[in-house]
Amino acid sequence: MNAFSYARPRALAEALRMLRNGAIALAGGTDLVGLMKDGLARPASLVDLTGIEGLRGWSHGKGRGLRIGALTPLVELETSDALAKTMPILRESLRDAATVQLRTMGTVGGNLLQRNRCWYFRDEGTVCWLKGGSRCFAIDGENRYHAIIGAQECVIVSPSDLVPALLAYDAEIALTSSRGTRQMKLADLFVAPHGRERREHALRPGELITEVRVPEAALARRGTYLKAMDRKAWSFALVSVAAAAKIERGVARDVRLIMGGVAPVPWRVSAAEKALEGTTLDDAACADAADRVLAGATPLRDNGYKVTLARELVRRALRSLVA
Amino acid sequence: MLRGPGETDIALTVNGASVTVRAAPRRTLLDTLRETLALTGTKKVCDEGTCGACTILVDGRPVYSCMTLAVACEGKAVETIEGISKDGELHPVQRAFIDADAFQCGFCTPGQIMSIVALLRENAAPTEDDVRRAVAGNLCRCGAYPNIVKAGVSAGKRKS
Repeated sequence: MNAFSYARPRALAEALRMLRNGAIALAGGTDLVGLMKDGLARPASLVDLTGIEGLRGWSHGKGRGLRIGALTPLVELETSDALAKTMPILRESLRDAATVQLRTMGTVGGNLLQRNRCWYFRDEGTVCWLKGGSRCFAIDGENRYHAIIGAQECVIVSPSDLVPALLAYDAEIALTSSRGTRQMKLADLFVAPHGRERREHALRPGELITEVRVPEAALARRGTYLKAMDRKAWSFALVSVAAAAKIERGVARDVRLIMGGVAPVPWRVSAAEKALEGTTLDDAACADAADRVLAGATPLRDNGYKVTLARELVRRALRSLVA
Repeated sequence: MLRGPGETDIALTVNGASVTVRAAPRRTLLDTLRETLALTGTKKVCDEGTCGACTILVDGRPVYSCMTLAVACEGKAVETIEGISKDGELHPVQRAFIDADAFQCGFCTPGQIMSIVALLRENAAPTEDDVRRAVAGNLCRCGAYPNIVKAGVSAGKRKS
């Protein structure tokens, strides 16, 4: 790890001032410290956000929707029985995310901003396309864990378990910087690296995620999160599916279907969701949705299994909404 | 207050005692415990948050000390394997590990025990599944898992 200076301010304004001057934000450190150890991040200074008051915890005001502070440790979302009643998919998605230790350290904001797990990217000595090199080594290399759809110059996959679950409930994020605040759809935070956009997130320099917001209307949906792993614990998703819908007399409305582990961004195809509107999520409708969400998939040498896995996971997730 | 990049004084509590250590901000809590405080019960194996051997408690919660900066623990309470026995008596989880023969080489054991100590504080009577989930972040390359789970369940019964 390179040498750096460090501060843990109590005031948000002080943290924003440091970020404006080029400091890198540290929260739980579960990703950043690893990137620093591997020489993939070399900050001159770190601003530890965990001392800032008011960015931790969650609240649900009727009619105001759910608000989750960006510095809330993942374990707090997982273990709250009250939250499990308000939005059960959060616990479901977090239970098999990483380990107790990492969920204790890791925060909501950090989870949204975690970097990809491609082994060529993570290898310090490999200058892959995403790191400014001329080619993606995974496209012609070892690509068992890589993207089957939606990729351009770089075949990373979106690694988060929490993100598909939040997207199935139309989550938005609040951002702040020394220049002001803005709100955006969580979906717009994610960028499939391409052209000059050699990055995974659309955060602006000096900007901080302060809050995740889930609209009240979405909380009426039923939801489920399914994750396929290489082993039963402590593994990133090979493929994951978050599905949610409002079920009225056995018929699905406001269907959301988001996949992790298959594309550089959380993968969502609105045609697949629209085709499920008003159906009973029967097997034929589920198979049709899987066809639509995976239309145009181009598996690489080692990851064709993901297509089969994804189809079955989509079916199971949708079926469970009406079970 | 901006600290570093050189060494800085860090005040924290380790196993109930107030200590001040000097360390650069880039120093992990794991290296500080082992090398500055000579608390070598906490093991350094992968040093990248993928094995769990360095599990300790910070403010009562289990974390990987290899992925934690010591400077970020200013004012916090750190507990390690060295601090859990009281008055020469083994902690109930340590006793349960011996009784259940829950280790072979023993290298992952301090981390396994700290994970179960943390679990028992939240859940005094864990099921087998609760224990499995609690130690899912602690690898044992000898494969002593069945007895680790037995030890966790019986330590819960012992305590309650």
